[in-house]
Amino acid sequence: MAIRRGLGTGTLLGMLLAGLVGSIGAAVTIGPADISVSTVWAVVADRLGFVDADVPLLREHIVWRLRLPRVLGAAAVGGGLAGVGAVMQTVTRNPLADPYLLGVSSGASLGAVAVLVVGLGGGVAALTGGAFAGALAAFAVVVAVSGRRAALAPTRVVLAGVAVAQLCAAGTSFVIIWVADPHATQSLAFWLSGSLARVDWTSLVWAAPVLAAVLILLAAHARTLNAFAFGEDAAASLGVPVTRVRWLLLVATALLTAALVAVSGAVGFVGLILPHAVRFLTGADHRRLLPAVVLAGAIFLVWVDTAARSLFAPRELPVGVLTALLGVPAFVVLLRRREARG
Amino acid sequence: MLTVTGVCRSAGARWILDDVTCAVPAGSLVGLLGPNGCGKTTLLRIVARLAAPEVGRVTVDGDDVATLSRTTLARRAALLAQHADTDLDLTVIEVVLLGRTPHRRSRWADSAADSAAATDALARVDLDGYADRRWHTLSGGERQRVHLARALAQQPRLLLLDEPTNHLDIGHQLHLLHLVRRAGITTLAALHDLNLAAMFCDTVVVLAAGQVVAAGAPAEVLTPHLLADVYGVHADVAAHPTTGRPVITYHPPAS
Repeated sequence: MAIRRGLGTGTLLGMLLAGLVGSIGAAVTIGPADISVSTVWAVVADRLGFVDADVPLLREHIVWRLRLPRVLGAAAVGGGLAGVGAVMQTVTRNPLADPYLLGVSSGASLGAVAVLVVGLGGGVAALTGGAFAGALAAFAVVVAVSGRRAALAPTRVVLAGVAVAQLCAAGTSFVIIWVADPHATQSLAFWLSGSLARVDWTSLVWAAPVLAAVLILLAAHARTLNAFAFGEDAAASLGVPVTRVRWLLLVATALLTAALVAVSGAVGFVGLILPHAVRFLTGADHRRLLPAVVLAGAIFLVWVDTAARSLFAPRELPVGVLTALLGVPAFVVLLRRREARG
Repeated sequence: MLTVTGVCRSAGARWILDDVTCAVPAGSLVGLLGPNGCGKTTLLRIVARLAAPEVGRVTVDGDDVATLSRTTLARRAALLAQHADTDLDLTVIEVVLLGRTPHRRSRWADSAADSAAATDALARVDLDGYADRRWHTLSGGERQRVHLARALAQQPRLLLLDEPTNHLDIGHQLHLLHLVRRAGITTLAALHDLNLAAMFCDTVVVLAAGQVVAAGAPAEVLTPHLLADVYGVHADVAAHPTTGRPVITYHPPAS
């Protein structure tokens, strides 16, 4: 690909990083209240203790309490899901793999619903905690069902993931009908299709360490992931401890996915489409792909979420609806390109 | 030097390999022959430690492969599998650099030694100038040569080839085995084409139903009698006009 040769890795990543910082800065200024870029930076600098800026309290509140956490949340969720998707596609050798392949998102829904039913209330912390626990429980069941010989063969894991996801979805529907509380049902439905409306500093502080730790782990395995290009036997004959690497990466990505789903619900298509789109730019080498896909995913979701909250303001679209609207055509293009390539 | 001693492996109630003993002397090219399902691939997988023998042992340069770390083994032995293809959009040099995986010092960067070994390996398979070509634009013969280059970049002391000439036209078949020969590395190669085996191998080992039924120089082993026994075919064996190696001509089955 022309771009791939013409553009050095450093240049590409520098451009994406600048793009992300710029996108976050710009997205924070967009919304019902008119707030300038300079106000945004003044608030941030003030809060971080660099300067003592004189910004009206209401504006400061809008920037610091409402918009900034939401935009940062979009960046974290988009970047994390895109990175996880790229790794899942390599580890399972399945181009259709996405972060939700192992039942994590369905488990999160069931966990959140269970929290509502048990009566811990619909508070953000309870929902987030319930979703996280449900996601990890679903993944544990997938591993227990598929990992009989501790090897986690990809096909078995994927099949077990599908089965567990179906079971959790059935459980969720059952509970929603059983509870029959229209308010709870509505708030859940919004969250299930993915939304960043509930993101606040608490949930960010909660998810950020998981995001950072898992991304560092993935980066440390970039070269090892390349060795999976021709399959697991090829990787093993190159000296890669295949079973150990697969365990480590699947558990780490499930953990990150669980943390992200607990924050935002199951935002679809980011983890499926972004890796394919970015591969067109970077090629398949994970040392270029992984950092690029994380940055691109973050930029993507920042803008899609901005559109979701401002296109039909004051009404808000669940961001998952928009990612699907954009993702499906992208998916069709992707299929056609694969076909053309033979 | 590769030795295989008393190796057994079963699948259900059937022995895939039944007390297999054979050796590949240092520097020689040994052909592993036998009909479909005789255990050739399983034996190669056991030597590469992708499968474990139930009984018996495999040594490479004196060390039992079961005691070596995966990385150490990957520095000693490189495998060319049968259908090694990828969906990913890789360039030729990226594929060859995969062979440096067991030698890498850094988790991130390719060293100068890695790049040098990869470039050198490409030259050794007559693919200079192919470094930036994309994998999916290559022909089958070129892909196998790239895999051979990847294996050479591993700088192994033992090459394991599983029917490397499958699906290649005759020109590419001859070229690939010529390149393997020229690399001068101790090689065990599962081969289907008996004439190719006779032309290139120092010795051949014939497996049938998981057992070694013959081993030795091609001219001693590849007799009409053995071909009838092992493959159930009727064939004549003559001497090649210039090389003196055996040449096999088959008769159509009697109707």
